Amino acid sequence: MGESKLDLLQGTLDLMVLQTLVAIGAQHGYGIARRIEQVSGDEVLLNQGTIYASLVRLQQRGWIAAEWGTSDNNRKAKFYSITRSGRKQLAKDAAYWQRLSDVMGRVLSMNSEGNL
Amino acid sequence: MGAVQRAFARIRSFFQKPALDADLEAEIAQHLELAIEEHIQRGLAPSEARRQAMIRFGGMDYAKYQHREARGFMRLDILLQDLKYTFRTLGRDRGFTVVAVLILALGIGANIAVFSVVNTLLLRPLPFNDANRLLWIAPPPTKCGLSCATYSTDAYDEFRMYSHAYQDVSGYFAFSGPGNLSLNRGGAPIPATSIDVIANFFELLGVQPAMGRAFRHEDALNGAPPVILITDAWWKTQFNADSNIVGKAFDMNGRQTTVIGVLPSTFDFGAVFSPGSKVDAITPLNLYGPPRDWGNIITMIGRLKPGVTLAQAQSDAIAAAPHMCWNNKNPQSCGSYAEHKGEGGVVPVPLKEYVSGKLHRSLVVLWSAVGAILLIACVNLSNLLLARAAARSKEFAMRGALGASRLRIVRQLLTESLVLSISGAVVGLGLAWFVVSWLAHQGAVALPLLSTLRIDGAALAWTLLIAVSAAVLFGFLPGLRMAGGNLHESLKDSGLGSGQSRKHDRIRSILVVSEIALACVLLVGAGLLLRSFLHVLDVDLGFQPARAAAIQVDYDDSAPTSDARTAKRAAIFQQVLARTAAIPGVQAVGISDYLPLGHNRAWGTPWPIGVKRPEKTPGSPLVYVVTPGYLHAMGTGIRGRDFTWDDGPKSQSVVMIDKAFAHYLAGYAHWPNDDAIGQMLDTGGSGSRIVGVVDDVHEESTEGDTGWQIYYPAIQAGPSSAQLVVRTTLPPAALAGSVLSTLRDINPKQTAAEFKPIQMLVDHANSSRQFFMFLVAAFAALGVLLAALGIYGVISYSVTQRTQEIGIRMALGSPRSKVQFDVLLKTLRLATIGIAGGAVASLFVSRAIAALLFDTAPNDPITFAAMVVLIGIVALLAGYIPARRASRINPIVALRNN
Repeated sequence: MGESKLDLLQGTLDLMVLQTLVAIGAQHGYGIARRIEQVSGDEVLLNQGTIYASLVRLQQRGWIAAEWGTSDNNRKAKFYSITRSGRKQLAKDAAYWQRLSDVMGRVLSMNSEGNL
Repeated sequence: MGAVQRAFARIRSFFQKPALDADLEAEIAQHLELAIEEHIQRGLAPSEARRQAMIRFGGMDYAKYQHREARGFMRLDILLQDLKYTFRTLGRDRGFTVVAVLILALGIGANIAVFSVVNTLLLRPLPFNDANRLLWIAPPPTKCGLSCATYSTDAYDEFRMYSHAYQDVSGYFAFSGPGNLSLNRGGAPIPATSIDVIANFFELLGVQPAMGRAFRHEDALNGAPPVILITDAWWKTQFNADSNIVGKAFDMNGRQTTVIGVLPSTFDFGAVFSPGSKVDAITPLNLYGPPRDWGNIITMIGRLKPGVTLAQAQSDAIAAAPHMCWNNKNPQSCGSYAEHKGEGGVVPVPLKEYVSGKLHRSLVVLWSAVGAILLIACVNLSNLLLARAAARSKEFAMRGALGASRLRIVRQLLTESLVLSISGAVVGLGLAWFVVSWLAHQGAVALPLLSTLRIDGAALAWTLLIAVSAAVLFGFLPGLRMAGGNLHESLKDSGLGSGQSRKHDRIRSILVVSEIALACVLLVGAGLLLRSFLHVLDVDLGFQPARAAAIQVDYDDSAPTSDARTAKRAAIFQQVLARTAAIPGVQAVGISDYLPLGHNRAWGTPWPIGVKRPEKTPGSPLVYVVTPGYLHAMGTGIRGRDFTWDDGPKSQSVVMIDKAFAHYLAGYAHWPNDDAIGQMLDTGGSGSRIVGVVDDVHEESTEGDTGWQIYYPAIQAGPSSAQLVVRTTLPPAALAGSVLSTLRDINPKQTAAEFKPIQMLVDHANSSRQFFMFLVAAFAALGVLLAALGIYGVISYSVTQRTQEIGIRMALGSPRSKVQFDVLLKTLRLATIGIAGGAVASLFVSRAIAALLFDTAPNDPITFAAMVVLIGIVALLAGYIPARRASRINPIVALRNN
């Protein structure tokens, strides 16, 4: 089952986390991980534990903020939310990814004569 | 932006490790709970829900590791871990740790101490403002001592006027002898030493008095009230550090002299300009008073204008020299400094080079010697670590099998080496501190700047550098061996007699051989220096220093006329000699104004009357004004006759000259039988008759050639002081009291001057050679000790390794003596190879130090033979202990083990 899943490229997880936080607002680590899994249609190979390294990295860069709070079912949990510089970074990174995936798409759809 | 922020965050998180770890722990626990809850809601059993949650989370430790890596400094964490582990393993192996740290401490400590000496004498600038612009201006060295190394006051003035390279030129009176100042504060006058300097001396050096003021131009004029600057040391010892001393006047040499300032503690005249002697005070030199007619008396020091090079200063000096007159009133003497034995007579050299340039070679030798010590220490450590690594190879193989990378293991080993060498450096620093403070207080050693010796920032940086390089040096080989080792082999290898261990043995043997070779080189170097020193002690000085001592006699021969002065002096001297000769235990007495190996002066070159003088003469004889009996008291032989008290002012002038000068003159004069006795020399006036030819005296150094000497009677010429020499049958110290009280009886103003054994003058002259010889010998001893430790270590280790084998051999009937002999043979083989290599290396090294040797060939067979014997004996002793142990092995126990 593991073999068929996508291995994450370096740096992509950070981008997913930022986008997730923009989409669903403040969320705890488990919530973010679940959300990414759901959105990816369980196609991404994500050891949920990996998310915490990404979270601390983003936090140290000042792109997300963390705060202990209470969840819906009244549990204490650490909630992460995106900061303003995080949003800026997300815009920049998303544009980059868009371009890269466009280029990759074009290159990969090249036929044997080298024409598109 | 983000990067800086992140760096700060990382540093913060490094120090908040426990809090952050707890936070993460809580977050993960929360995560799992949420996941389990969700799985249960989907209908899984609680245990299965938990299992699924754990699976989805992935490796727990890996997640934590990733987290730590992301937030902090993983490398630092690893380093801390390695350190913790290192301290644990080293703590467990306490014997090894103590030996290793001790070896390193000795090696590194010796290096720090010598670096401090080298730094003080060679590397650090002199303790003056902008010291690299200071130049020493003197004629090149010649045969006639201080008189040919100095300039007249006229020449000084003219040089100052006609040279353009200098901001200013200063200088000091070169002939101030020790004890020339008598401080009278009631009670017995106190002897002290003061130096006369030209008024701008301190301004030129950039030295500010700690209290009061420096000299001004008007302090040095005719009729100026006498003033004095005192040194920090004298201020403390003699004046109880009186903070109100400036402006107070004291009776010095019978004149009320005002203290105008106290010099800073950093200023030590003796340390720079006359090593090994103590100067208590500085007085202004009156250039336009009596010194005007004293001939060559001034040593010149100049401060270059900014941007002027040494080469420019040298050509500037050549241009200025023809304008310099020995005496203005005598136009013929003008330009006499320009030419000096084919060289310019005015040669500026950097002051630093004048002060310590001669020591350059000795210091390099010393430095190399401690370098060799450090190498030996490193080889020793390498050996110890190899033995340890062999014992630990299984531990490392196990760690490798558990997933530790090679890099990680090498890093661990290097951390151990670093911890060892830094600990060694810290202990070594302590040792070096002791040595350095001891050296700084060796006031009697005639080495410049010794009193300013200290461990400074540069020495600390050097310590760090050698500690780290040593760690890399001695940790490299064992690290390489471990990292290159084969996991499976190590795990399988029982460590006894397998090929791996054999190879191991060979590396260690090579190390020991190189160690022995290094020790040989050190020993040969020390041996050659020791032989040289013994030869210096054996030099026939032309006088007998044993059981003779000298004391400065204060006398007052002031009188209105020259004749009256002479008569007064004759009376005083005769009384002093008669009274001291009568003291029980005194064999002979005499007075001279200068003593050999101390200050000296020359009065030109007297020439046989009626003989044509060549254009140039190679120097002038040094002048000694002496009483009858002086040469006898010194133990200098006379052919002809000594002076008598009848050689007075009214009778025929007489002189004595030494053999070498007599021989030189005979070459021109063609006397009957080439005998100088009875011949006349032109010494001014109607000339002097040579009444005696005396032994050549080493008057400037014990090692150099003897110069020429000429002796004048104390009542025909003017002595500049009176040194009473007493030859005794008792140890000189026993007579000090009675001699001084006799002198004080004759003259109540006699200072409590020191009764100095003549041997002290000789020791002082030899002190710098002795100092270096002593240090190199100490290092050689250390090197041999370390090499012995190395031999012992290797042989002992190989015996331990082969315990079983030896046990079998003994069980099969090999006698104990044979076992012992085999081990000794192995030792001897290592020693022989090492000695052979060392002897060859020594041949090269000894050639390099040939210039430091005295009367000793660089390949001196006795030294080499002694080295071979000594190292051989030490090696056998070091091998004997394990050999004995091997022969005591009980076959039954040896075979039962393992």
